[in-house]
Amino acid sequence: MLNGELLYKAPEEESFVDFIKMAYKNLETDYSKFFKMDSLSKLAFLGADVLLKHENVVPEKEENIALVFSNNASSLDTDRKYQKSIEDNANFYPSPAVFVYTLPNICMGEISIKHKLYSENSFFIFENFNPEYLYAYSKGLIEENKAEKVLCGWVNVDEEEYTAFLYLVTKEKTEIPHTIKEINSRF
Amino acid sequence: MRKIYLSYNNIVSSYGFNSAAAVNKIKDEITSLKLVNNKALMPESFYSSLVDKEKLEEEFTGLNSKNAHTTLEKMMILSLSKVISASKIKITERTGLIISTTKGNIDALEINTLHNEGKAYLSELGKAVQTHFGFLKEPLVLSNACVSGVLATSIAKRLIKQDLFDSVFIVSGDLVTKFTVSGFNSFQALSNEPCKPYSKNRTGINIGEVAASILVTKDISNLAPEAVEILGDGTANDANHISGPSRTGEGLVRSVNSALKEANILASDIDYISAHGTATIFNDEMEAIAFNRLQMNKTPLNSLKGYFGHTLGASGLLETIIGMHSMHKNTLFASLGFDEIGVSKTINIIKSTAAKNLTIFLKTASGFGGCNTAAIFKKVKH
Repeated sequence: MLNGELLYKAPEEESFVDFIKMAYKNLETDYSKFFKMDSLSKLAFLGADVLLKHENVVPEKEENIALVFSNNASSLDTDRKYQKSIEDNANFYPSPAVFVYTLPNICMGEISIKHKLYSENSFFIFENFNPEYLYAYSKGLIEENKAEKVLCGWVNVDEEEYTAFLYLVTKEKTEIPHTIKEINSRF
Repeated sequence: MRKIYLSYNNIVSSYGFNSAAAVNKIKDEITSLKLVNNKALMPESFYSSLVDKEKLEEEFTGLNSKNAHTTLEKMMILSLSKVISASKIKITERTGLIISTTKGNIDALEINTLHNEGKAYLSELGKAVQTHFGFLKEPLVLSNACVSGVLATSIAKRLIKQDLFDSVFIVSGDLVTKFTVSGFNSFQALSNEPCKPYSKNRTGINIGEVAASILVTKDISNLAPEAVEILGDGTANDANHISGPSRTGEGLVRSVNSALKEANILASDIDYISAHGTATIFNDEMEAIAFNRLQMNKTPLNSLKGYFGHTLGASGLLETIIGMHSMHKNTLFASLGFDEIGVSKTINIIKSTAAKNLTIFLKTASGFGGCNTAAIFKKVKH
């Protein structure tokens, strides 16, 4: 969904792998590095890409858009996969290409590379979505001139459960005020 | 604008269970890195700095905790308990808690773990620390690769400025596990000797483990003798590569410039740089380029990785704490392991521990995901 409008709906019972592949195609994202990413990065990347494109963010402008993401499962989805590859000494095949994704902030790196964002990044882990901290922290980044805009939200992948909720906080007044209540009502 | 300080602090490491135990050895240029032979971690022996688990059990028992805890939780709780009691702060709605870690209780994923797999969720680690001390607000768990420890001080400051809290306690830590050791080894980045940051004879990184804690506060009335004011801080992404640092040091340059601008000082006002210095050729070279672009090539600089190895999510905070003590003692600590210059640009590496009047220092860190964080600290005059 983008601003309340449905962009792509996965058929019921569709796996995450199929969903994200179909969403990528439907949203006409053309980015070959996408296929090397882990699930969390794919989800975050697509979510950010749709939103930033809609906002006419182009790499040439090098906008100062901070990334403030959060979730519950950190990078556990990939951590489990990596752990399996090193569990058994007789069957030991650690891969650097998997290991690098065992950090949740990597997805912000992927977004930064695509959109040329040389900006503030931070990744928080909460038990549940916590708009109070996201609100205060993004407000501070803008007030202290650390960022012009903040791409903020929740991106979580935990086996077959996945959620991405992203929103853009700007200095200019829009029809939606930046308040904890408004954030909560859209989550 | 109100001033914000870093104050009481603690380091639980293989040197001992307080900051002084580490600082006194570092002053004498003594490393805590030792050859570790533990097949459960790695088939070959490797250099690391590990917390003494028997002593940890002993000290932790003294805290009379009601709940069962993992090794990392014990390290974190022990470390933070010392900071909370030294600060004499009573925990209220206005007291925050930040947990800085990359992998938390990742050992809970191992087949023969003693713990429930659910312990691997970082929010569970946060909850364990929160419950032990009775923090009223949910902890912020920060997992932002190897910049986490420095970024945590910046986040604490920003949340205090937003008037969410009066004081924030930060506890940081990561364990040396098969997970992290095999991962860095798969990058062929692990050294089989004590690491040699910025040296021509470098052999890669060592991974170490600590828990480090600190109080961040706006209350000037009861500061630690080594307390510092946070003058400015900034984080910037390289927008270049997820596992390799930028060749031009772009993100590091931008993060330092952001911190300098906020601090309203010049590069020449910095007396000392506590750099990242992992002892990989790409990292060290990137830093040398960035510090030259920043015209900080003459500023005395060290990496503390030769003392502890790379302690991941704790490293930035650990090294900030050592920097505070360095400034308090007016002493520059040697960048252990350095011999001959092994980067293409000139930087002023501290070759041996020496006295120098210090007022302002810069702490930097860089990590996977292309992130870079810088923070500038000024000595508090008592």
